[in-house]
Amino acid sequence: MDLSSINWLLLLASLMVAATPILLAGIGELVTERAGVLNLGVEGMMITGAICGFAVATQTGSATLGYLAAALGGAAMSMLFGFLTQFLLSNQVATGLALTLFGLGFSALIGQSFVGVQGIRVEDLNLGPLADIPVLGPVLFQHDAMVYISLLLVAGVWLFLTRTRGGLILRAVGENHDAAHALGYKVVRIRLMAIAFGGACAGLGGAYLSLVRVPQWTQGMTAGAGWIALALVVFASWRPWRVLIGAYLFGGLTVLQLNLQAAGLKVPVEYLAMSPYLITIFVLVIISGRSRASIGAPATLGQSFHATT
Amino acid sequence: MLRRTFLLATAAVVGLASAAMAQNGPVKVGFIYVGPKNDGGWSQHHHEAAMEMADYYGDKVELIEQESVPEGADAERVLTQMALSGANIIFTTSFGYMDPTINVAKKFPKVKFEHATGYKTAENVGVYSARFYEGRAVQGYLAGKMTKTNKVGYIASFPIPEVIRGINSSYIAAKKVNPDIQFSVIWAYTWFDPAKESDAAQALIEQGADVILQHTDSTAPQAAAQKAGNVYTFGQASDMAEFAPMPRISSIIDVWAPYYISRVGAVIDGTWVSDNTWDGIGAGMVGIGEISSAVPEDVKAEAEALKEEIATGAYHPFTGPLNKQDGSVWLAEGEIADDGTLAGMNFYVEGLTGDIPQ
Repeated sequence: MDLSSINWLLLLASLMVAATPILLAGIGELVTERAGVLNLGVEGMMITGAICGFAVATQTGSATLGYLAAALGGAAMSMLFGFLTQFLLSNQVATGLALTLFGLGFSALIGQSFVGVQGIRVEDLNLGPLADIPVLGPVLFQHDAMVYISLLLVAGVWLFLTRTRGGLILRAVGENHDAAHALGYKVVRIRLMAIAFGGACAGLGGAYLSLVRVPQWTQGMTAGAGWIALALVVFASWRPWRVLIGAYLFGGLTVLQLNLQAAGLKVPVEYLAMSPYLITIFVLVIISGRSRASIGAPATLGQSFHATT
Repeated sequence: MLRRTFLLATAAVVGLASAAMAQNGPVKVGFIYVGPKNDGGWSQHHHEAAMEMADYYGDKVELIEQESVPEGADAERVLTQMALSGANIIFTTSFGYMDPTINVAKKFPKVKFEHATGYKTAENVGVYSARFYEGRAVQGYLAGKMTKTNKVGYIASFPIPEVIRGINSSYIAAKKVNPDIQFSVIWAYTWFDPAKESDAAQALIEQGADVILQHTDSTAPQAAAQKAGNVYTFGQASDMAEFAPMPRISSIIDVWAPYYISRVGAVIDGTWVSDNTWDGIGAGMVGIGEISSAVPEDVKAEAEALKEEIATGAYHPFTGPLNKQDGSVWLAEGEIADDGTLAGMNFYVEGLTGDIPQ
């Protein structure tokens, strides 16, 4: 093995790119879950966003419009889930799983004419002198805009949840929907907004795959990223900054795995490939020993709300 | 037990019925593909060859296709369904369909099966493959000539003889023209996963590779190379000409249509017998895509000369002296590898680093 052949700077740079899709989807799902809704359809919403974004971007030549379409597509998918779970009070776990399956099939259907189409080129953001800083420049400041938007989004979500009245209400709805209802908050409406936000973020994450990371459309191209995003929220025990750490950790592992292989590491690659999942299971085992409240899970997560009075 | 007997009996009856039908109605030809039939690579090429075959025979044949069939138990289900629906001959176009094909063929002795790139045959199962390693030698030559960093990245799919042969063949050819050449191999464990292939290409480029060879089917590595700039790639299974002249500087093209036409013709005439076909550049089953303008004229001419020599049989890509990776002698001076060893190749030649995953 020759570790010196790995260019660690470039590795760190591509880590940020590899982590962005799961970071976006993860932060969206975090908001949804903090409002007490468990949406397992992240994978389905991501892939819908991937095809919507790719289709619009290749037709119009604009990445911005592509991202916009992806966010709308993801949000529209999540509204389907919202309608079923919030108005028809269907089981959230089953509905979420159905949403994933539906999204995978639906995206393959509308994506048929986009297979093999060349994607558009998304330019890196020009950050001027920052990009020329030695070491830090190539790692942190030579990416496309969405990488920075995802970071801002994490900061924004953290600010919103911990420092604003709106965030307090959202958390109240997630912790105890009956009490929030008694105080006069519109539980269903707030939850729908949270679900839509989660869907839009998942859509953006999917579009990042099809517009920047690959850049191509293929059936099932999210390849389980949505599930990693779901695991990420648990891994982060529902705290925004920990989602960031987790996303970069998991993103780093996937990139590192390939780099170690290219450098000729003797460890079987299968172990490296499954390491993100192993870490998630490990964290789950550790936190499951503690009580629900101490790990930060919203108290009414996954429960349907029906106003009786 | 009863149910199994019943199924077998039904299968036999339907099999007989379909064989009887063959005389009057059109011959039903089935194809199953491992990827979507517009993947831009391997599966698309099989699909296009199938269409060419169908056009050739017109209404004498009826084509049934199934795309994105996972290798394994699902393939067995799809094959059984195809055989039950009256297919006379079924082409299974990926290595991983080998055991499913053999299993289903046992249940439907009247249906003919043709399995691509495998090695297990039966009375009603023939195998066919192309000597891709001949094309790999041409790619290796170009890689050795074109690289400036002397580092070549190789995106491998699964550790099967077919893929290992390709790595060895290109390495031998590259080493010949560039003694300092180094190969880095990444095992992607997939035939088709654009995100993973793209990441793998990215990792190789970051480690200094400026030529990427791929044994996976999507065009994602080409896109990654295009983004990186000064990186050369080769089209795999189909021409991938949309990425020419840079990064794609040449390609290996599979030419299946003549084989499909002759085999389906044999079914129509009733002369089909199980075969084991392994053809290369000479017989026209392997094509070398146009060497693009990014390659200097003299290098291009030499590459084409090499291709000619391989086609006529004057040169074999596996000609001694060659040692295995551990240094033990494999082929003596002037000795040529036999097909048996090539078909089951499970070792690297001397000079390649890393291990083949077991």
